[in-house]
Amino acid sequence: MDTSPHLARQQWMSLLAQADPAELALAMDAFAPPADMSWLRPAQTGLYMLRGRIGGTGPQFNFGEITVTRCSVQAGGQIGHAWVRGSNTRHAELAALADAMLQDAGRHASLRLQVIEPLRRSLDRRRDDASRKAAASKVEFFTVVRGE
Amino acid sequence: MYVAVKGGEQAIARSLELLAEARRGNTAVPELELAQIREQLRLGVARVMQEGSLYDEDLAALAIRQAAGDMLEAIFLLRAYRTTLPRFGYTLPLDTTAMRVRRRVSGTFKDIPGGQVLGPTYDYTQRLLEFDVAPVPHVAPAEAPLPSNMPRVLDLLDAEALIERIEPGNDPEPIDLTREPLTFPADRATRLQNLSRGDEGFLLGMAYSTQRGYAESHPFAGEIRMGEVDVSVCPEELGFVIEIGAIVLTECQMINQFHGGNGVPPQFTRGYGLTMGEGERKAMSMALVDRALRCDELAEPNYAPAQNQEFVLSHSDSVEASGFVQHLKLPHYVDFQAELSLLRTLAAQHAAPPPVKQGEAGRGSPALAPAQECATPPQLSPVAQGRESIEVQGT
Repeated sequence: MDTSPHLARQQWMSLLAQADPAELALAMDAFAPPADMSWLRPAQTGLYMLRGRIGGTGPQFNFGEITVTRCSVQAGGQIGHAWVRGSNTRHAELAALADAMLQDAGRHASLRLQVIEPLRRSLDRRRDDASRKAAASKVEFFTVVRGE
Repeated sequence: MYVAVKGGEQAIARSLELLAEARRGNTAVPELELAQIREQLRLGVARVMQEGSLYDEDLAALAIRQAAGDMLEAIFLLRAYRTTLPRFGYTLPLDTTAMRVRRRVSGTFKDIPGGQVLGPTYDYTQRLLEFDVAPVPHVAPAEAPLPSNMPRVLDLLDAEALIERIEPGNDPEPIDLTREPLTFPADRATRLQNLSRGDEGFLLGMAYSTQRGYAESHPFAGEIRMGEVDVSVCPEELGFVIEIGAIVLTECQMINQFHGGNGVPPQFTRGYGLTMGEGERKAMSMALVDRALRCDELAEPNYAPAQNQEFVLSHSDSVEASGFVQHLKLPHYVDFQAELSLLRTLAAQHAAPPPVKQGEAGRGSPALAPAQECATPPQLSPVAQGRESIEVQGT
């Protein structure tokens, strides 16, 4: 894990990308974008080549591509970026806007409370639910004793 | 050879309309929504993404609908679409060790750390058509979630040094087949990119052939795992790594017998398969073919089709294969007329054999070559062409 001063930003950018787009849109509804907001780089969809590792842990190989939408915005004196998998431009725009506003000390706390934390809880809940449902299909072996 | 043929614009326009009408089917039946395809035909979506070599469920669903369910056509559509998008870069290597597992089974050990997790699989269904739509059951979650880092089954053998180690080494930059042509011999990373995009049916057949004795390698399914893996990139603008989302992957680690060779002691070796979404059959086939293609590296006899990398890698791609097979539908009128006239000549000669001069005997089949190059205008009547060919033959 990166331990640079970017750590907090790295974490919220990852979370904004992992968030459910509808939940992100709902959470961001409460925040009016700063009046000086301008799109430095309008949302654009392109490709990243996914890399795998031979045997899971060996040398890299090119596995196949994935659509990614990126976007950059200037808002409230801050520059926000987003890279989000898929072709959902609204998701990338909202993530970039949230990134810019989270860098603004005056807005940071309220965004963290009303956007980041609820999205994190929701993501954790979804993952925990999927994991426990999968765990329900775990095989419990038992041995049949013969003879006696 | 085929030539440009003019005409038929009207017919083509009507054909496209007929196609659109046929695709839609009975308009009294509601049109399929993309979300329905994405959610309810997820295995088809996974295959189109994998062989279309583009992870995007929405685009794959669109391709399936547009192709009326013809998977190879949908794969072609996705491959064509990807060429219109800019390439932003390469992701960090996917960490399948940290996969949030939804299914994980081993055919080699009963008791594995983390357990055998069946997940959603057709393996235990009766394969009986269900005419009555059963209500969707609610799966009661277990008390505890699965461990977040499910240990790899093959690590159990690795601890005893009974299986080959696989480490990044100096982690060379792999060849990218979307940028560079396939050349032989291809290294393992290049082969795996080709197999990743390869047709499931072709790889399944190749994998089956290794089990039936063509390059027998005594495989065991060491571990198959399916679940969610985070995708990370390091954009230049940021200078640090961020996650951009998560994708579902299926990974297969095959364990194969190895008698030793090339200075390596007898040990188990690995075949590797990885697919987008839930694609267990493809991942297993890929792993078996990957292992068979390692014959030269492991000094094994190289005699079977599945071991021949030029054969396997040149014929694995369904877009290339269906393109070349189906191009036979294009006008080959000139070629065919040339063959036809040659055959008429030969038939005429056969009926009434002319006096054969010394040195001309046995010229029959090589004469095919100049005839193929002879681009006779298609509007010539067969009779006129036949005469012309006879004249050519005579000179």
